[in-house]
Amino acid sequence: MDNPKKGTSRRDFLKTSGIAAGALVGGGVLGGLVGYNAKGGNGKSGGEQTKDPANKHEMQTRGLMFFQNPEEFNVLSQATERIFPEDDLGPGAIGLGVPYFIDNQLAGNYGSNAKEYMQGPFFNGEATQGYQSRLTRAEIFRQGIALMDEEANKRFKKNFTDLEGGQMDEILTDFQKNQIDMKGVSSEFFFKLLRQATLEGAYADPIYNGNANMEGWKMKGFPGHQMAYINVIEDEKFQVIEPKSISSMQH
Amino acid sequence: MAKTLDKVDVVTVGVGWTGGIIAAECAKQGMKVRGLERGKERGTKNYAMIHDEYRYAIRYELMQDLSRETITFRNNLKMRPLPMRQMGSFLLGENLGGAGTHWNGMTYRFLPYDFQIKTETEKKYGKNKLSSDYLLQDWGITYDELEPYFDKFEKTIGLSGEDTNPFWGKRTSDFPTPPMKKTPLLKKFEKATKDLGYHPYMVPSANLSEPYENPDGSKINACQYCGFCERFGCEYGAKSSPEVTVVPAALKTGNYDITFHANVVEVLKKGNKVTGVRYIDTQTGEEFIQPADVVVLTSYIMNNAKLLMVSDIGEQYDPNTGKGTLGKNYCYQIEPGATGFFDDQMNVFMGAGALGMTIDDFNGDSFDHSNEGFIHGASISFTQSGTRPILSNPVPSDVPVWGAEFKKASIENYTRSLSVFGQGASMPHKNNYLALDSNYKDRYGVPLLQMTYNFTEQDRNLHKFITDKTVKIMKEMGAKKTEGGNPLTDYDIVPYQSTHNTGGTTMGADPNTSVVNNYLQHWDMENLFVVGAGNFNHNSGYNPTATVGALAYRTAEGIQKYREKGGMLA
Repeated sequence: MDNPKKGTSRRDFLKTSGIAAGALVGGGVLGGLVGYNAKGGNGKSGGEQTKDPANKHEMQTRGLMFFQNPEEFNVLSQATERIFPEDDLGPGAIGLGVPYFIDNQLAGNYGSNAKEYMQGPFFNGEATQGYQSRLTRAEIFRQGIALMDEEANKRFKKNFTDLEGGQMDEILTDFQKNQIDMKGVSSEFFFKLLRQATLEGAYADPIYNGNANMEGWKMKGFPGHQMAYINVIEDEKFQVIEPKSISSMQH
Repeated sequence: MAKTLDKVDVVTVGVGWTGGIIAAECAKQGMKVRGLERGKERGTKNYAMIHDEYRYAIRYELMQDLSRETITFRNNLKMRPLPMRQMGSFLLGENLGGAGTHWNGMTYRFLPYDFQIKTETEKKYGKNKLSSDYLLQDWGITYDELEPYFDKFEKTIGLSGEDTNPFWGKRTSDFPTPPMKKTPLLKKFEKATKDLGYHPYMVPSANLSEPYENPDGSKINACQYCGFCERFGCEYGAKSSPEVTVVPAALKTGNYDITFHANVVEVLKKGNKVTGVRYIDTQTGEEFIQPADVVVLTSYIMNNAKLLMVSDIGEQYDPNTGKGTLGKNYCYQIEPGATGFFDDQMNVFMGAGALGMTIDDFNGDSFDHSNEGFIHGASISFTQSGTRPILSNPVPSDVPVWGAEFKKASIENYTRSLSVFGQGASMPHKNNYLALDSNYKDRYGVPLLQMTYNFTEQDRNLHKFITDKTVKIMKEMGAKKTEGGNPLTDYDIVPYQSTHNTGGTTMGADPNTSVVNNYLQHWDMENLFVVGAGNFNHNSGYNPTATVGALAYRTAEGIQKYREKGGMLA
């Protein structure tokens, strides 16, 4: 099929049609995954490097691709942590690297709405008509984060990152309930984006720079990328399986 | 200035299930067939890193790029139609295989009752069971007439199943492969429904239970139950899709080729015939004219309808006068269901797209509707298709949707909750229809398709009735806490519901009430065929693909008949 002008021989086709069934094993072996030192605290930007002992040549650095002002990033970090906090089950959004995930996504297709229909004219539609903003997600996040800080200063004479948890929640709740005026988008819509992006960062494959060390998956009991469950799916017992990242295929 | 290419016998617009089936059948007969596909080539080799929920299920890697083309939507005639700017309610396909790449593989034949729904309803419940606002009609073909085509489609895809359902139509042959594995969770549903007096059976699955070679010599592998099926492609070639069945079968003949990056913008016509199509090469912007003896519209229902509209073929339906047929009977599906919360952890992350069990005790006309404010019903199923952590955060309705309590409850319940769901039939209503939008255009300057759609009284009554049944089943399954879905209000295009959009290019026995005849041949243009779920006059309580596949085989036969004798086939 590589050359659409040329018919494909059956042998060529079978060659590309996947792995012969039966040659597979279920269960998981820990692939060499690059993990992060999950850090609590306020997720200061800057490089966090880890070496994976199984792959000495492997080295990754987390950094900011979208935000230019670390303060914005810190507001985002604290907001995501309130949505998905650290607790006795395990790390929260900051420990999982969620703010980096969101930053990186905002710098790419997600942030620039590459696959969304963005032609005008723009009108405020009914709720049933969905996204009708002329703003991209990147613009919505930037505005929303600035407003969070503004609200904090207005209400508490402090920056958002200096607030108590309960005070942050009060502001976030007002966003959620559409009580905050935003330009070109509703605050409720921004909050939905923020909440959804937080969950995405907590549970997406670590290749996207969130879900550090697969801790999100470990908390949830999700084994990530496993080749097959054919050997265990009839088992009555709940299967605890060491998770694997899609990146384990490259080692 | 468009460049005119050499004529082919048959050109198809779009290469998914319908385009692939027609290509394979016509090319095997020696016809020169060309598929025009707006997207890219792709196949099993592209699905090696498919176990990635974020990329494929959230960011829709395999699906339509809405920046190029979308639809506009409104609930009713009074509302301003606005673009669907991001994907939500349904997931449109793109590239080789279309939505046939990222389907789940649940493959039910529609019921005998479906094809004669108007006749059957009037016979049993009188002429006024539903008001005249509901545009119910027979399909111009019976189940028995379609049976050989269903049979052919099932043999092509190697369908895995068991013929133990008392409610569906007669089969001339057994399923090509046995049903999938009956897992502990499926057995839970089976026992509960049996104890309630219902008739559970294994979902007919296109994720195959064993390796299979189809009559064309295409090989499909055995499903590995990896839990990444719907919204994904299969890295094993174990989910029947156009890329592993009909497309290679067509290519093998040497009579078929595919032009990728070819976005068709118009069907060309002369008198009562079409002469070919005009397309834009999306990589260069050049325009081409592809002449053909027979043109077949084989894209998704939206684009099949849109192309007829922009090419001014047939009469646009007008809800104010009831005149016209093109765009009418747009239907969808109703999604009643219940979630149950359990104490013990379960292997919810394992599974396959069509791994499940179903009951039809409340589908079609399996039960008496005399005292109900609706007709038809829903299949009710439990499927173990593999729940994934971003999209599955089940919490009881009294738990907040973020914060400490949400985190705890969503993690706790991820492996401790199950859902039973109905796929509710959708009846055509005079105010639910497709047309061309007058304000918004796609990247090629062609108007967007406009959808006007809302749920109806029939939908609300059906939804409530089926929701109650699913709650009952879930309680019987032993949930410590069960929650039925919220009552149906207005249709909302934001949350995912179902990619089972139907109607707009309906089939029938009468040109005054349908767009195509029962060979899917256009009433006004004898060498134009239009095939897909758009041909449905209403949507049943099942997934549509088996019926779409059967209609595609029927179309292929129609094209052969037409080449032999010409003229109208029905």
